[in-house]
Formats: sequence, C-alpha cells, structure tokens
Amino acid sequence: MSLLEIEKLSLDIAGMPILKGMDLAIDAGEVMGLVGESGSGKSMTALTVMQLLPNASRTRGRVTFDGIDILSAPEAAMCRLRGDDIGMVFQEPMTALNPVKTIGEQVAEGIRWHTGANRPDAEARARAILDRVGLPEARFPLSRYPHELSGGQRQRVIIAIACALKPKLLIADEPTTALDVVLQKQILELLRDLVDENRMGLLLISHDLAVVADMADRVTIMRHGEVMEASETAKILTQQKHPYTRQLAEASVHVPVRNAPSRSGSAGVAGRGGAHEDPSFPPPPGPAGHPPHKGEGKSAPLLVVEGVTRDYAGRRKSLFSKAEPFRAVDNVSFSLDAGQSMALVGRSGCGKSTLARMILALDRPTSGEIRLLGQTVADKSEAELRPSRREMQVVFQDPYGSFDPRHKVERLIAEPLHLLEKKPARTERREMVAEALHEVGLAPSDMDKYPHEFSGGQRQRISIARAIITRPKLIVADEPVSALDVSIRAQVLDLFADLNQRLGVAYLFITHDLTVARAITDQVMVMHEGKIVEEGRTSEVLDNPQTEAARALVAAAPDLERAIARRLGETA
Amino acid sequence: MTMPASSQPDDFRHFLHQALRSGSFMTGLIITLLIAAMAALSFIWTPYDVTNLVVANRMQGLSAAHPFGTDHLGRDILSMIMVGSRNSIAVAIVAVGIGMGIGVPLGCWAAARGGWLDEVLMRFNDVVFAFPALLSAIMITAIFGPGAVNAIIAIGIFNVPVFARVARAGALALWPREFILAARAAGKGKALITIEHILPNIASILLVQGTIQFALGILAEAGLSYLGLGAQPPMPSWGRMLFDAQTRMMIAPNQAIFPGLAIVITVLGLNLLGDGLRDILDPRLRRER
Amino acid sequence: MTAYLFKRLAIALATLIVASVVVFAVLEVLPGDPARIMLGMNASPEALESLREQMGMNQPLITRYLNWISGMAIGDFGRSYTYSSPVIELIAERITVSLPLAIMSLLLSTIIAIPVGIFAASRRGKLADTISMGAAQVGVAVPNFWFALLLIYIFAVALRLVPAGGFPGWGDWWQALKALILPAVALALPQAAILARVTRSAMLDVLGEDYIRTAHAKGMPRHIVLWRHALRNAMIPVLTVLGLQFAFLLAGTIIIENVFYLPGLGRLVFQAITQRDLIVVEGVVMLLVASVVAVNLIVDLLYAVVDPRLRAR
Repeated sequence: MSLLEIEKLSLDIAGMPILKGMDLAIDAGEVMGLVGESGSGKSMTALTVMQLLPNASRTRGRVTFDGIDILSAPEAAMCRLRGDDIGMVFQEPMTALNPVKTIGEQVAEGIRWHTGANRPDAEARARAILDRVGLPEARFPLSRYPHELSGGQRQRVIIAIACALKPKLLIADEPTTALDVVLQKQILELLRDLVDENRMGLLLISHDLAVVADMADRVTIMRHGEVMEASETAKILTQQKHPYTRQLAEASVHVPVRNAPSRSGSAGVAGRGGAHEDPSFPPPPGPAGHPPHKGEGKSAPLLVVEGVTRDYAGRRKSLFSKAEPFRAVDNVSFSLDAGQSMALVGRSGCGKSTLARMILALDRPTSGEIRLLGQTVADKSEAELRPSRREMQVVFQDPYGSFDPRHKVERLIAEPLHLLEKKPARTERREMVAEALHEVGLAPSDMDKYPHEFSGGQRQRISIARAIITRPKLIVADEPVSALDVSIRAQVLDLFADLNQRLGVAYLFITHDLTVARAITDQVMVMHEGKIVEEGRTSEVLDNPQTEAARALVAAAPDLERAIARRLGETA
Repeated sequence: MTMPASSQPDDFRHFLHQALRSGSFMTGLIITLLIAAMAALSFIWTPYDVTNLVVANRMQGLSAAHPFGTDHLGRDILSMIMVGSRNSIAVAIVAVGIGMGIGVPLGCWAAARGGWLDEVLMRFNDVVFAFPALLSAIMITAIFGPGAVNAIIAIGIFNVPVFARVARAGALALWPREFILAARAAGKGKALITIEHILPNIASILLVQGTIQFALGILAEAGLSYLGLGAQPPMPSWGRMLFDAQTRMMIAPNQAIFPGLAIVITVLGLNLLGDGLRDILDPRLRRER
Repeated sequence: MTAYLFKRLAIALATLIVASVVVFAVLEVLPGDPARIMLGMNASPEALESLREQMGMNQPLITRYLNWISGMAIGDFGRSYTYSSPVIELIAERITVSLPLAIMSLLLSTIIAIPVGIFAASRRGKLADTISMGAAQVGVAVPNFWFALLLIYIFAVALRLVPAGGFPGWGDWWQALKALILPAVALALPQAAILARVTRSAMLDVLGEDYIRTAHAKGMPRHIVLWRHALRNAMIPVLTVLGLQFAFLLAGTIIIENVFYLPGLGRLVFQAITQRDLIVVEGVVMLLVASVVAVNLIVDLLYAVVDPRLRAR
C-alpha cells in the first residue's frame, strides 16, 4: 500500500470546481513531481492533504495517508499529523516565517508540541536540524529573527521546520519559484539529500518541467483540476504520449524562429525606422528628424552606458558613525547597437533592475553617463527628456501591476503618446492604438476593455503594445516573461522576436532565466554584485562561461533536455 | 486564480450589484438618506415653530401632539431635532470639505515630492495630532467667540492631518507600482500622474475616510454645542438640547434621550455606510466580513 | 535600536517645541491684546497697564516666549489671574482627579476591548462575532457625554448606587473611587468600541498571513496559533490606536468632568478659557500636549519591544 493515496478527489471552493476526480499515489521514499500551469489545482491538492483548505471548501473522494482517512479525520488528529508525519514547505519564504519570533522558537515550537520535549531538549534538536539545512550555529544562532536572513536562508529555516521530526511525507509547493537559479539549485539539492537520508516521500509541486525532471521518480501532469498523465519521469518525458505533456515540454525549451542575429554595424540600418515602411502608420517625428550619424561608415551605438555607478544610503551602524553606502551598480559600461537584442542576466539583487531604471531615466546614477542616440539622459528635466523617452520604452514583469486598473486599454496603450510633440486627435489616437494592438496579435476591439478582462499573457501583449506605440528604438524589458506560464511564455517570446525582426527595435532583456536569454538575444552581459563580469555572444557565453559568477548561473539553470538525458542514462 | 487588483468604479452595475447585497451599506445608506431628508424637510415644514415659545406647553411628556414631548420653554422636541439636524450636517460637511480640500493635496504632494518636504509635512501633522482635537476646538471657539462658523473651522483644522495621512499613505503605496513607472516612462510629470493615476486609485479610501470623519464631525459638533461653544440659541442644536436637558434629567428624561438618539442614529448610519463602502470598493478587505 | 530611540526622542522634543510656539502664538499674539482679553472690554487703562507689566507684555515677543518656556521647564507656570495662585499649584491639585480618571478609563477600555476583539476575530462570521461587532458599531456612535447622562439617570438617580456628580477628595478613597466610576465608564465604553473593532480587524489581517499557515502546517492547534503567533503581530495597529485614543481621552475629560462636576484639569482649562485666564490655559494646554507626546513616545518604544525589525534600526 502506498504512503499517500488520493482517489477520485474532487474539490469545490464556494461552488467553483477546483479538482475533478484526481488520483495520485506516493510510496515511502518516492519523489513525486506534480506539474501544471497556474490554476491547474496542484497547490489545492497539497492543501487538501494537509487539510488547510479555505473555509468554503467541499471535498469528495478518498485521501489516505499511512492508513488514516484524511478527509474524515478530526482536527485534533490532523494536528498530530501535520508537522510530525507530514511536513510542508511553501513558495514564499519572505512571508512564511513569523516576523516577531526567533528562528529557534519557530523550529523548536513544533518539536515541543509533538514530542513533549522540554525547552533545552527541543532547542538542541532545533539546533541540530538548522545545522543540517546549512545554517551553522556560528552565523545563525537560534536567537536570529527572520528579517536578519535572506530569502534562501529563510527557505532553509522553513525546510528545517518541516523536516525537524523526520516526516514520512514532505510536501514542497513551488519551494524555489521565488528564488534565483543558484539558490534554486542549492535548495533542491538540500531537499533531495534530506529525502534520501530519511526515506521520506516527497510531493514536489512545480510549474517547471525541468526542475521536476531533475528531481522526481515519477511525474503527474495536471490541467484544470484533472490528471492528464502520470508515469515514471523518464518514460513520460521521452515518450510524451499525451498532447498536453508534449505541449508543456515543447514550450519549456521553445526557441523563437529568428533570422541570423543582427550584428552590430549592419544592424544599425535596420533599426533606423526606414527599413519598416508602413504607409498607414508614419513613424512619429523624431527630434528634428533622426539624428544624423557623426561617424563615417560605422554607425554610432544606440545606447552608451559609461562608468555608471549607483549608491544607496546604507544603514547606520551606530548613532555617530556615517552610514556606509550600499553600491547597487558599480562602474558599469557597455553599448548597445540599434536593432540588437542584449540580455542582462544575474542573480537576484545583483543590480540589474537598478541599472535598467537608470537607463530608463526613472532613477539617477550617482556617477557616470548614459547616452541614448548621443543624448545624455541623466540630470534632465522631464521636458528635456521627452525626445529620449520617445525612443525608449519599457515592459515590466508583472502583467497585473503594469496597468492602472481604472483605465481602459485604449487609454493605457495611448499613454506614451503624451511624448509626441503634436498630440494626435481622438480618431487618430484610436487608429494608432488599433495598429499597436494588431502588431501584438490582439483585436482592435480589445481597446474598449479593462485590463482585468485579459489573461496574464494577453496583458503582457498589451504591455508590449504600449511600449511600441511611439515606435521606440529601444525596449527595456525587466523579466517580461517570468510571471507567465510556460506555454504563454513561448508565445510572448515569439512576439518579442517577431517585433525585433519587423520593427528593428533593440532590446535590453533583463532576466535570471538563461533559457529566455538564449532564446531571443544575440549578446549577453552577466552581472554580479553590481559589476558586469562577463559579456559576449549569448551562445558563446552560455556554452563556455569564463567567470565563476557566469559558471554558477549556467550550472544552476534547470535544463529539460539535460535532465531527460540524465534520466535516460540512469535507466539504460 | 488571481483576482483583479481593484474593482472598477466605472462598472456601475457591478457596484450596484455589490451594494444591494451589502447589508451594512444599504442600512447605512437608508439611515443617512432619512436624516438628510429630515433636514431638508425642516426647511419647509416642522410640526411646530421652534422659535415660538409657548410657555403654557412647557415640560410636556410624550403625547400625540408632541411625540417626543416639549422642553422647558414649551418648544416641540421633535421639531427641534429636525431643525437641529441642519446644523449638525452643515458643520460636519464643511469640516470634511476643509479637511479634504487641504489635506488631500498636501498628502499627495508629500508622497510625490518625498525628501525633506515629506518630512516637514509629516512632522507638522505630528504637532497637530499632539493637540487633543476637542481641546483645541475649545481654545479656538473661546478666543474667536462661540458660534457655528468657528466650530466648523475648529473641527475642519483637525480633519486636515487625517486626510493628509490617508492620502499620503495611499499615494506612497502606489508610487513604486509598475503602472506608475510606466506612466513616468511615458514622460508624465508627477503632478499629471497624481491627477491621472494616484487620485482615482485612492478615491475609494478617501471616500471611506470621509464618511468616518463626517460621523466624528457630528460627534464633535455635539460636544462643542453641549459646552455652549457651537451654534448659539435660538438656533437649535442637538448638543445644546442635551445641555439644557441635563439639569432636568430626573423629571424629564425624554428631553435628553431623544436628541441623544438622533446623534447615535446619524453617526451609526454614517459609520455603516463607510463600512459598507469599504467592503464594496476594496475586495482585499472583503474577506474580513 | 539606539538610532531609532534617538530619532523618536528628537521628534517628540521637536513636536513639543513647535507645539509651544503654536500655543504661545494662538493665545498671546493672534487675538490682539491679551491683557484686554483677560480683563474684558471695560477695563480701566491703569488696570490694563499693570496687568501688562505683570505679564511682561512690554518686553519683546521673543523674550516673553523664552521666559515663558524656560519658566515652564523649571515648573514655574506663572500665576493665575482669576485664582490668584500659582498655576502649578492648581495643576497639582486638579491632576489628582484627572490622572486617576484617565488611567481608570484607559484600563477599563483595554480590558474590555482587546479580549472582545480577539474573541470576535476567532469566531468570525459566527453569531458571537455579529453580536459583539454590532454592539461595537453602536458604541462608536454614542457621544460620551450623552452616555454619561444616561448612566447618571440609571445608576445615580434611579438606583442611587453612586453620586451623580462632584468629588469628595481622596480623604475617603472609597467615596472618591465611587465618584469616579461613572465618569470612567462613560469615557471608556465608546473608546472600547473603537478599540475592539481595531483589534478584530488587526487579528483578521494577521490570520490571513503566510506565517499563520506555516504554524498550522507545523501542527499547532487553532488556539495556540491565535495566542502565540497572531496576537503579538496584531498588537502593532492596536498600540497605534491606543496611543491616539489617549488624546481623545484627554479631550473627553474636558466634557465628562463638566458633566459630573469633577474638579479636574479638563474643567480647570474649560473654566479658564471662559474666564479668559490665559496663563492657566497656556499651562494646562502645554501639560496636556506634553502628555500626549509622552504617550506617543511610549507607544513608539513599545513598537520596538513588539517588533524586532524596529529594534534592528
């Protein structure tokens, strides 16, 4: 008999069907990967097993854990199971720990409750498990508070809480989604070791097929509350019998079709707007026409960043000492040619978003200079910035936070038209918005809707439509596909590639995801602790990284093909 | 899975649907409308003339002719409550207007500008908050003379920092949002962004705070009138009626009970309205019900 | 921690100084001649002149302000014009009524409100929640002086359990306590209604946090999660409101002391205003403002006790 058996489980929340007759079984010591896109019901499956569902939930079917019928177990019995026989790790480490209690208290609490141990014994056990998850006493005494730890360290504390009593089953719900790739690798390795050591069953929930392929013995693929396919990992991923499995697998390794990457020099011409002549849509007038190139032969770069540094006021150590400033961006220089697609990759907190904001003139460098088309963008008034702002636009990560929820799509997309010297009349404006919507694959009729009427992927298209409406030469995209499901992500990447080809717009693509960088950029820069440590052609840098920071990123990046190859090697 | 971040005020049908299902909103709305109707009616009709003193009718209990009885000067209590509502409502409305009119621009400005200006404005707020509101109102009315106008100013001044704080907190939460950054990338200045994006998005919390301050204004006006610093006789006011009734509490409790109930019902109605509005306008708070 | 402490202390001091300038300006500069205000319109020129002399009015404004503020720093609040005694003595006498009253009502309101708020939050949506929050909703709407009148009518007039007003002094502490009980209840209940609502909503906010789910996933039963994990986090907004309520309470004493004829600071300042005894008004107002500032400073320090993130600063 399996450790956990879910049979024909259906779940309604406030009348909304979430799960529809799903089945799943995990044996002791087995790693089960549960994969699905957002809304597939994978998290709710975990909460059903824990019996931590919202109040308005109704369940049918059978869930048996270790011979106990979970669905009919009284709350007191569930309290005995939770944290003792079943441990759970959540997605968001930043908010999952109580901010006013020390990590020692939080780990020891469950130990005391379940074993009845006295305080010193429980603290000794808490100490041991914290050491085990990589938080040694010297740097992480029990008296530390959560706010003194980083996201990765907090996730280790949560794993310590979940594994303190060596549960028979560990449930990990997207345990690494909020972390960067390097941390993701470390946490996954920790989970795998803990599971091996204690012969725990692991239910690993993830949207990322590559992560699961690497970790799981068996995989269950879910969609809309139903199981699509379930089998051994190697089998499911090599055979890809079910069309949805195939779709997921293809989407996660998707590379948009692109012509040979436009290299600097020759690409400059394509980007000047002349290459893409559309009689119905004249490009907006630039500042006194397009600035002529000074150089003979080789055109000047589109964007030049020279020795840019950004310091933030640090925290004062004591009342009288001066605060040590924190250097977010440290003497960064690079240039980007017209039509070029450049990736800026690095771990979270490496300064890549700060750099992007300075390029967009949303933040000012402490020192250094940024020039777009020869015009400096720092230290200018909004009015003086207008010509530059017309030439660069932005696409953000969060498809929900990118729009004023109170404005209709027409007004949202038309917002950058504010930058034009001559404001278009209403009909002209609607035409321009319709054109932009058409460019990103949406219908002109969508302009009269509100953003909340669209899905995440459609919103990201609207975001792109807003970015291209002034026909800029540069789009800075800050993690534009990280919040999207894999199948949607593939479509949006296609759109980015397509616009690059057709409009000749250059990209600065900020991402922590090397698959994305590889998919649509020609050049890549690796950023580490505020500095650019490596740059070059994307394929060269990613295939053969030279610096340690770049090597760590490449080694940690989950790779579906590599994982499948490894699985096949094991079974063969 | 993901809920829209905010409701659509333009989607009026959606609002109406939610409003009709919210018990506290509808109760509050009905009470508020009834009180407002009573105040409006008092301009054209009251059961008795409140300026006409009929000493022969003084100190009557409840009767069909005088449902709430009469006071020590023979005036009909019901009529006085009706006329008194005008004063309460007028003082509270203007005081909220003063608070919003000055406080909201200050708060938005502080949030947009940041830095030392923000610090100065917030420290100024601290100073105003350090004065117990009623104490300062008493000082102001005592120095500049009692009366409805000075009461309005006194109560209004203390609404300014309240609205400034609410507006600033709301605006500060919006400024780092991506849609504001996108507006900045579209070359819009801070003033324009405040008008186009910030104000519409904090309107609902301001509206809710407005109903709360309105209710507090009515309580404060009653307090000032009770101390003899609000509306002056012969203009009837609820607080003044309570003061007059106090000494005759043991022989004619009705003279104190009904004006007090008028205050309680009005304030209760406004608070219910505010609670209901908050639930409808802010889906994040809805789960608290 | 020290930086946070010093910043709060500096802000409190700055607030006090600005407040003193405001009080000085409002009472001595804005309305024209203070001597005339104090003596009334029909005062003789000689009387006006001698009062001006006594108040130091003939000195420059700055000197007068500095004299006033430095006098207060050493406990010299000046001399009351109407009572012909030092203001500090008046304050010392009246504070024995107001301070116990304020403490009693603050305690009463806290003791009632916080358990009710927690209870309602833990029973959210159930009958007990609906009833207690309905009562709180009404309580918020009740003016405290009207509530005081009802209390007098029921407990003093009809039941004759306690006196209807006046204060016998602390010679007989039992009688003194009996005289303060109704005023304290009248002040406390409307405040308790507000506090209970705040406590409930703060608890509900916290109960929706991720770390509450973590605690449940650890196997902790509901009541332990509520007391050990939720309550301490919910205390932060509750403390804020408690600090604000202290100012309301002080203002409330002005009315309530008038309703019950209690010889406290609120009645003193109210009478001083109507009698135009500006020196008393200045002294008492500054004292009340200082106590509000002090209470808010204490609240700031309590934040740091509750929240380790503030201690780190």
